[in-house]
Amino acid sequence: MRAVTLCGVAERLIYLDHAATTPMRAEAVEAMRPYLTEVFANPSGSHRFARRARQAVDEARESIAATIGCDLGEIVFTSGGTESDNMAVRGSAESRAGRPVCTATEHHAVLHAVERLAGGVVRVGATGEVDLEHLESVLADGPVSSVSVMAVNNETGVIADLAAVSRIVRRRAPGAVVHTDAVQAACWIDLRTIWPHVDTLALSAHKFGGPKGVGVLAIRAGSNLAPLILGGGQERDRRSGTHNVAGIVSTATALALTDHERAAEVARVSAIREELFTRLASIEGLRRTVPATSSVPGVAHLCITGVESEALLYLLDEEGVCASSASACASGAMEPSHVLAAMGVGSDLARGSLRLSFGHTTTASEVADAADVIGRSVERVREATRRLGSSRN
Amino acid sequence: MKVLVAMSGGVDSSVAAALLCEQGHEVVGVTLRLWGGESDTGCCSVSDVDDARRVAQQLGIDHLVFNFTDDFHRDVVEPYVADHATGVTPNPCIECNRHLKFDRLFDRAEILGFDAVATGHHARIAADGSCLRVERGADPAKDQSYVVHMLDQSRLARTLFPVGHMTKSDVRHHAARLGLRTASKPDSQDVCFITSTKNEAGETGRSAFLRRRIELHPAEVVDESGQRLGSVESVELVTLGQRRGVAGGGGTKRFVVDVDVPGRRVTVGPEESLLVDHEIGTATTWSAGPYSGSVLVQCSAHGAPRSATIVSDDPNEVRVEWAKPERRISPGQSLVFYDPTDRFVLGGATTVASKISSATP
Repeated sequence: MRAVTLCGVAERLIYLDHAATTPMRAEAVEAMRPYLTEVFANPSGSHRFARRARQAVDEARESIAATIGCDLGEIVFTSGGTESDNMAVRGSAESRAGRPVCTATEHHAVLHAVERLAGGVVRVGATGEVDLEHLESVLADGPVSSVSVMAVNNETGVIADLAAVSRIVRRRAPGAVVHTDAVQAACWIDLRTIWPHVDTLALSAHKFGGPKGVGVLAIRAGSNLAPLILGGGQERDRRSGTHNVAGIVSTATALALTDHERAAEVARVSAIREELFTRLASIEGLRRTVPATSSVPGVAHLCITGVESEALLYLLDEEGVCASSASACASGAMEPSHVLAAMGVGSDLARGSLRLSFGHTTTASEVADAADVIGRSVERVREATRRLGSSRN
Repeated sequence: MKVLVAMSGGVDSSVAAALLCEQGHEVVGVTLRLWGGESDTGCCSVSDVDDARRVAQQLGIDHLVFNFTDDFHRDVVEPYVADHATGVTPNPCIECNRHLKFDRLFDRAEILGFDAVATGHHARIAADGSCLRVERGADPAKDQSYVVHMLDQSRLARTLFPVGHMTKSDVRHHAARLGLRTASKPDSQDVCFITSTKNEAGETGRSAFLRRRIELHPAEVVDESGQRLGSVESVELVTLGQRRGVAGGGGTKRFVVDVDVPGRRVTVGPEESLLVDHEIGTATTWSAGPYSGSVLVQCSAHGAPRSATIVSDDPNEVRVEWAKPERRISPGQSLVFYDPTDRFVLGGATTVASKISSATP
């Protein structure tokens, strides 16, 4: 367990919510500093000072392109994963005929953009895999502007078969942009293996140790995408707005480190996740939502019968374990998961969903401690529920 | 004590939380997300959650949001709609207290290890011998004992109403003194899930809300002899005892004396036709066990209490015999029984539609 100082109060925290955001890497923090202080120039300027900032952005762009396996001219910097997803869906719809299509388990950044354009939604199977037959039939139902399939699901960690999706789209809807939200993939999957299958790929810096507020959209050369944000014409007219130089430099630093350490991290965190499930095995009514082989190691998703996650999360929080269930709405209330619903998980089971997500700072001993806390908390909920039940009868 | 305080984002529950902190309790605030649909001033709109959270931050306490939208829909909204379809006049605020605040939230609090649940209701809990009573709030104009009448001994033992001994202006002064952002926030009004946004037909409020969920039917308005006087657009929206909006001017004041939803017929008549000598209540709750004898009965949130005698040999059903003929209460409304000195709640019941013969003319 690490000691963390929150608002001046030292608290013991086990942070298992890395899919929500992961701590910045120290190197990424350091990389920002010069561009927040002495090199403050606007990189679009025409003086030598501006050229120094420009060089930093260009070097970052080159570094990021190398980790994706694309050309540096194909990188567009945005304000985050949500903007990148919106640009892919809405920008492609604006510049070509047809409606956007996505899977039912996409992040809301894609799903709501597709729904707003009255797009098509493709079903998924019981383990979250894209229903390829349904994809074919949706593509047969009129012209399509884009097909979005997230590389890794943010709730369950399920990995999509993008090669198979891509083959179908190329055959059935050759004019459509194939987009992938790779926000949750960056830490666990070599992006160079994803890029050949897609036309656009979205990343969010704060999910891999970079700062919040920086995103990337890789756009394959020749894909025609209308800009969402108009203005000074930065990013070759694809995304206007003064560059967030410090954020961009920091993003490149974090992504390079992530890319470098990925193979080792996958092995290390996989072992931690399996150890967690072993420790939780004695909890009655616990169901692992997806098999290890079809999900990234960074996410452990489970459902516990008869234990409401809202209550469980409170008890975990009380003992310093930070976890999550589904997404929270604007009020902060937990919303029923559209991902689990699409996978056909019953609402009773889905009400007891729990997502523990791991990252570069996660240790085996933290996860072992968390497993103890989870076991204890589940028992507390069940004991109280029994007590309430018997006092009613 | 470890206390979970329900914070709606209004001034009363803000001050309730503040007082609990001042009293040295370990306090956690919670806002219930109840209504998933649109809302203008509703108790669970995002801006109200923001207000509650900001107050909790100012007080230095944790703030949670529980999503009880499914329960609210099942226990409050669906019955509200179904009642209208059968000519019953529901009381959703009471059902929300019964099922959400003092049941679902209580259970959750128990599971999470809290000793008590607090709300900002204007009512007091006091010991009366060996039992606990809900007493009227100190501010007669704001008394809410009527809407929390269903609390039984086991609930009362774990409930706190920290502002019940204060007047509304005391509450506002206290909030202002603490610099709470809710100090001058207007009181909430009406049913939280009914909005003023227009539907396709240009309707607002209850009719717009209901028309999206059930079919509303026009009905004829007749007098007691059966003579047609006019019509109403939606029989489901007419309430027994209503005066406004039904045809039939004439010299005398006319009241709705019968609502026949399946027959699509509203009967109007003089006040005398509404007078009855008793009401029958079901779904009875008792604060400290069944009671028979002389009581005061409150029939609406701020109605004047009426003298009556409770005759009951069935713990679930009561016969309320009025001391003098009284206007009938629309079925679905709550009857809340107070002790003869009008100080504390004895219990409550829901009126049922029954063919009650009018009091002797």
